[in-house]
Amino acid sequence: MAQMNLLQAINNALEIAMTENDSAVCFGEDVGHFGGVFRATSNLQEKFGKDRCFNTPLTEQGIMGFANGLASQGSVPIAEIQFADYIFPAFDQIVNESAKFRYRSGNEFNVGNLTIRTPYGGGIAGGLYHSQSPEAYFAHTPGLKIVVPRNPYQAKGLLLAAIRDKNPVIFFEPKKLYRASTGEVPEEDYQLPIGKAEVVKSGSDITLLGWGAQMETLEKAAEMAEKQGVSCEVVDLRSILPWDADTVAESVKKTGRLLINHEAPLTGGFAGEIAATIQDMCFLHLESPISRVCGLDTPFPLSHEKEYMPDELKTFEAIMASVNY
Amino acid sequence: MDTETYQEGRVVHQPEYIDGHSVEIPILKILKQDGSVYKNADMPTIDQEHATRIYHTLAFHRVLDERMVASQRQGRLSFYMTALGEEAAIVGSAAGLDDNDMIMAQYREQGALIYRGFSLENFMNQMFSNEKDLGKGRQMPIHYGSKELNYMTISSPLCTQVPQAAGYAYGQKLKGNKQCTICYIGEGASSEGDFHAGLNMAAVHKAPVIFFCRNNGYAISTPSTEQYAGNGIAARGVGYGIKTIRVDGNDLLAVLKATQEARDYVINENKPMLIEAMSYRLGAHSTSDDPSGYRTREEEAKYAKHDPILRMKNWMLAQNWWDEEQETVLFEDLREKILAAVKVAEVIDKPAIEELITDVYDVPSAQLEQQLSSLKEHIKKYPDAYPVTAGRIK
Repeated sequence: MAQMNLLQAINNALEIAMTENDSAVCFGEDVGHFGGVFRATSNLQEKFGKDRCFNTPLTEQGIMGFANGLASQGSVPIAEIQFADYIFPAFDQIVNESAKFRYRSGNEFNVGNLTIRTPYGGGIAGGLYHSQSPEAYFAHTPGLKIVVPRNPYQAKGLLLAAIRDKNPVIFFEPKKLYRASTGEVPEEDYQLPIGKAEVVKSGSDITLLGWGAQMETLEKAAEMAEKQGVSCEVVDLRSILPWDADTVAESVKKTGRLLINHEAPLTGGFAGEIAATIQDMCFLHLESPISRVCGLDTPFPLSHEKEYMPDELKTFEAIMASVNY
Repeated sequence: MDTETYQEGRVVHQPEYIDGHSVEIPILKILKQDGSVYKNADMPTIDQEHATRIYHTLAFHRVLDERMVASQRQGRLSFYMTALGEEAAIVGSAAGLDDNDMIMAQYREQGALIYRGFSLENFMNQMFSNEKDLGKGRQMPIHYGSKELNYMTISSPLCTQVPQAAGYAYGQKLKGNKQCTICYIGEGASSEGDFHAGLNMAAVHKAPVIFFCRNNGYAISTPSTEQYAGNGIAARGVGYGIKTIRVDGNDLLAVLKATQEARDYVINENKPMLIEAMSYRLGAHSTSDDPSGYRTREEEAKYAKHDPILRMKNWMLAQNWWDEEQETVLFEDLREKILAAVKVAEVIDKPAIEELITDVYDVPSAQLEQQLSSLKEHIKKYPDAYPVTAGRIK
């Protein structure tokens, strides 16, 4: 075990993946000698050479097209998009190409070796284009897997799983936690399962569901509610696609109430998908309407970031409204 | 300070402009329409056996296009795209490669697949999207692919294969097996952002890829004069630092020569090359298109005189490698075989309903299994509404 922050855990996972497989290649804007604007790829070029860790021209569609080609050739591309806000120029390559490669060719070809790493989320005064959480755009795309870790231990285990998974995976990294979140991380190789939620804290009155950086918010809100005598079960979804409806439904059948929290705007956000599925699976167990505590349906603002965010206080209020319904 | 430059280059003290058309790009021509060769022309490497394989490919292509357009007109096939007039550009370039090189095509390059030996049955099974189709009946006709023949499965979104070809070739370089990738693209698709992205990525990362642009004058109804204002596609290669050549796309020997040299260059230098083949799309864009809405019969007739297959045939005759009797026998034989293959393929069953959910992921998710199971129950309840699959559900 070693004490690592989230960036160090990611760097450690990349080093393990590149050591075990000569065809693993890391690339993106400023990823090379500089080690990435957040330093997630520090020292990889020194260790593995310029052919395997390098800067690309500033072109997201180029990065993803290049990555699709490399993956279809049999290499293991680990592509970085500098901010999730800038993944949209590559939307066509990801949605029309990566996601459909295996299906459309009858499995003659695939890009299963592909991993896309990208920092996402607010909380760093990033304004409109350094704060977005675009997971719901991709959740509507069969063929992709989507993973969001909440701490260094998860980041390493889930990233290694993503790199080795035989499907294209988008790995959203909560940049607010890059240095803020530290913890014990095994130095050896390990993996955490994709597609499985984790019950972080057991409770009996309401299920609180979230992912990534918002898990801290849920835990703080749960503490506030516990002081009011409300027992909260806190669940980390971890994978947006495929998502673990069974674990969530099992929890909701026990508590009878569900609150979903995400940073992204409410309308069309992934909480909508979860709410619809869970009301279908748990209709006779629900004692109050499913609650969604999300970002507003606005672009991500700078000066009103605090007001915009679905923070612990808004979450606490929603918990109390649900249990008092 | 005034003597310093920020990037390397000649310094001037009065404004000096580079005209957008100042780069002169010649067209390589080797073969004349009558089958004779230009004086002093550099011939490609070609012998009778290779020439015969090439000519058989051209003939197959022409007959396949004729028969499949007729089948589409009869309502037997949903969609088709010919490559009339561009056969030499496609087949000549494929013939300049090693069969182990990767081909990443746009959609009008079935000639390269014929050259590689894709079977008539495979063509038919794909077009009729039956259960023997390698692609499991999921894509529209002419979206072929073959792992065995190193022909990447076609997708409809234009130009997406261009940065992919850069990545694929980069992987070939890392592997060190002396293979390259050819990436076909039309002049219309070259206006997409992925064209810029792909050529720049390939140049910067030194990928052994040949970008092969078929400039046939039209993107559906849009003439190339409304597609770009520069000196075609070739001039752009220069801007990316990519070695570039323009060839007569109806001259199979010129295309073959350029591709053979391009292959040597990209593999030995680990750098991309751009070939722009000038041609004319003699046929409609697709069976869903009628060119009479945007161009004249006179224009088409003018270009029809440059038929690339006839030009190659004239050269073959001049070499005494071919004669009219062989020609008649070959074309009649191909017409019969292709017609017979249509009749076989069109009655083969569609893929099983289970193939609807396979290959979305390596293994179908629980949600997908659930959706399939619900769908089967529904079809069993209303079998008359789903005649293709109802009788085969267990």
